[in-house]
Amino acid sequence: MRDKQIENLKDYKYGFSTDIESFKAPRGLNEDVIRFISNIKKEPDWLLQWRLKAFERLKVLKEPNWQKPKYPKIDYQDLYYYSAPKSFKEKPKNLEDLDPKLLETYKKLGIPLQEQKRLNGIAVDAVFDSVSVATTFKDSLTKKGIIFCSISEAIQKHPDLVRKYLGSVIPTTDHFFATLNSAVFTDGSFVYIPPNVKCPMELSTYFRINASDTGQFERTLIIADKGSYVSYLEGCTAPMRDENQLHAANVELIALDDAEIKYSTVQNWYPGDKDGKGGIYNFVTKRGLCKGKNSKISWTQVETGSAITWKYPSCILKGDNSIGEFYSIAITNNHQKADTGTKMIHLGKNTKSKIISKGISAGKSDMTYRGLVDISKNASNSTNYTQCDSLLMGNKCGAHTVPYIKNKNSNSSIAHEATTSKISEDQLHYCQQRGLNQEEAVGLIVNGFCKEVLQQLPMEFAVEAQKLVGISLEGSVG
Amino acid sequence: MEQKLKTDFDKFISMSNFSNQEIKLKKEALDNFLKNGFPSRKLENWKFSDIKQIIQKNIGELTFYNDYNIKNEINDEIFIKEIEHNKIVIVNGKVERLNFEYEESNKINLTTLENFNQNPNDDNSLLSLNNSFSNKIHNILVKKNYSFKKPLIIYQITNEKVSNTNINFQLKFELEENSSIKIINLSDDNSEKNFINNLFNFNLGKNAILKNYKIEKKSNTNIKYDYSSINQKENSISETFIFSSGSDYKKNEVICNLEGQYSSAFINGIHLLSKNKHHEIRTNTNHLYENTKSYQLIKSVIDDSSKSVYQGKIYVDSKAQKTDGYQLSKAVLLNEQAEFNAKPELEIYADDVKCSHGSASGSLDEDSIFYLMSRGLDKKTAKELLINGFLLDVVEKITDEEIKKLLKNMIGLN
Repeated sequence: MRDKQIENLKDYKYGFSTDIESFKAPRGLNEDVIRFISNIKKEPDWLLQWRLKAFERLKVLKEPNWQKPKYPKIDYQDLYYYSAPKSFKEKPKNLEDLDPKLLETYKKLGIPLQEQKRLNGIAVDAVFDSVSVATTFKDSLTKKGIIFCSISEAIQKHPDLVRKYLGSVIPTTDHFFATLNSAVFTDGSFVYIPPNVKCPMELSTYFRINASDTGQFERTLIIADKGSYVSYLEGCTAPMRDENQLHAANVELIALDDAEIKYSTVQNWYPGDKDGKGGIYNFVTKRGLCKGKNSKISWTQVETGSAITWKYPSCILKGDNSIGEFYSIAITNNHQKADTGTKMIHLGKNTKSKIISKGISAGKSDMTYRGLVDISKNASNSTNYTQCDSLLMGNKCGAHTVPYIKNKNSNSSIAHEATTSKISEDQLHYCQQRGLNQEEAVGLIVNGFCKEVLQQLPMEFAVEAQKLVGISLEGSVG
Repeated sequence: MEQKLKTDFDKFISMSNFSNQEIKLKKEALDNFLKNGFPSRKLENWKFSDIKQIIQKNIGELTFYNDYNIKNEINDEIFIKEIEHNKIVIVNGKVERLNFEYEESNKINLTTLENFNQNPNDDNSLLSLNNSFSNKIHNILVKKNYSFKKPLIIYQITNEKVSNTNINFQLKFELEENSSIKIINLSDDNSEKNFINNLFNFNLGKNAILKNYKIEKKSNTNIKYDYSSINQKENSISETFIFSSGSDYKKNEVICNLEGQYSSAFINGIHLLSKNKHHEIRTNTNHLYENTKSYQLIKSVIDDSSKSVYQGKIYVDSKAQKTDGYQLSKAVLLNEQAEFNAKPELEIYADDVKCSHGSASGSLDEDSIFYLMSRGLDKKTAKELLINGFLLDVVEKITDEEIKKLLKNMIGLN
């Protein structure tokens, strides 16, 4: 079975059939490839120029290497930067073709059979009409004037909005991976909430048609206009496989006066096998700008997948009285590595930020919380509270905390706390005494440890995430 | 600068009587420094304090040749009268007097070192600079089962006689099994705009106790780097107290290696800064064995446009189960131009540990000021009282009562 699966993976990589060959950009990164991408997506000239500008900048940028998890050098000339969505022909036909382990996990998470198929790109029969679900969903959004579509579509239909905000939080002159994304991004989501509209439902990539084929250089842009509110979900609890090893997505959030954006992520990409072979590199740039007064951006993330997770969802608190929040659970097991945290940049007066980070490392994994709290000279009366707790399981893993704290304003206060510990024997003993086996006991205690963050997730998500926390740690105790 | 280093080095070697072995090592150290240069903010450890830039801006080109043949008069008036003590007097980087009058002479062994040890992989270029230009290194060995009867006060003096702008000094202590020593390190700076680079090595044997109090109060325009490395064997205890206030720029680095079980390290520090001073404390506590303990408390009071930095790292090796590590840094910003930067870091590879750190910064609590004022104090006194209490917390951690009293008076905290 294992062999078969490896065969499958090989198929993903090399198995493009000749009839769609024409929709694939040649291997490598150069101006022609960028023009090719721009052309195939029928982009306006300004966007092509924007991409090219990013590419010019990319040429002089060096890949950063200060991070804790090291990885083998990536040959950027050996990657494909554009390929058309896979045809059904290459996708697995049946659930039986999949890794039984994966199916087992689905079962534990309680994911319905149809959904399992959908997640793996298996052709769905007519009974489960995801298209129609999505359509009704779209209708109610349109009524409210909410724009929720792919970014390619937005470029065609709402060029003014895209042009105004794209790159306003993550400019083309940013760090290496962000700039790479700017040059070659292929698709992603676009959300615009008009003034004083409260989005009636949780928006999720899940409901966007073709969402599973957004590729490795995703670009998401969310704009909440004055007085609006939106909650956005990214990813899902089910394990996701992908043939691309490097994922360098960019996510930009913009909140205008009195607006609020809540962005939740559950990331469970393929983490590699037990020996640490394979697995996704998740190098994502996420940044939110509280542009207007009284605006609020809240990031919640549950990171359980990927071989390497390297990301810092950040908030730039520019508007007076704006609020930034960051809630994170990161779990690493086996050979996984994570270097994650947040940046809170306080620029406006009376700005507030809160950081709650829970890290759990098991097996031979390595976990780092790295964060920056920067209160600038003009950010009077600003406050920050940071709490980062780490839990270690076994003495082959590592847990690190690297907070950077900068306070340049005497009227502002920063408080930071961090603890590292293991699950106490007493707690374990108590649970076991009451009939739980060791694994269940650990699951329960870990869930308690993460509760503060899990509570921040939307309801349906939270239940699944809770199960996911337990599953991610399987085999790490005893 | 490279040319100047080379010519000053040649002159220095020709004017001194080093052995061939020493010259060889010094040359290697110089090559290492030439390769790396002064640290800048590009290095993680110097992120908040770019010493390369600070030296360039405040001193300009440095001169390195220090004439250790100059004899300096010592004015006995500078000595502390309140307590009886042994003395080491260092003037402009040269040891002028070693006086252990209160101790049994056969229990102490004074030598000069042929070799100095810098880990070749250590990229700290300031240690290389120190190794290449410092004079003969005195090694003070305290023999087995001997405890110093009186404290040792190290007077570090600079005077206007110094012709070079860079002063390097190095001292080494070895504490054998069951021995103990109390050291007070006092700076008395009378020179202007020098870059002073100090290096202290402490090796603690089993059950040894080191109490090290570093006081730097006198206002001066020097730029200082002070590096202490403390290696600790089983059951040894080190206590380091830093009062950092006087110089325009000062960086204290304390590296503790807890190599034996039940060894413990305590580091407490105060930054009391005004004008545009820039001080940093960087600690690196390495828990390398089971059942080790470390405790750190750093408090800063920052006024005017001064800047305080604290970088503290607790490293726990996978061997070091049952580690107990604690770290707390607090800062009070008194002025809008003041700045506090902190990087309290944990790097942990063992699971059965208890490690925590905390950091807080902000202004003085308005409610507390109001409370005191409502009881008749004016605002200034109220503030002073609060700052006094804030800092006293650290001074109270000093375990030697006699020295605590002395230092309280010296610093002016009661």
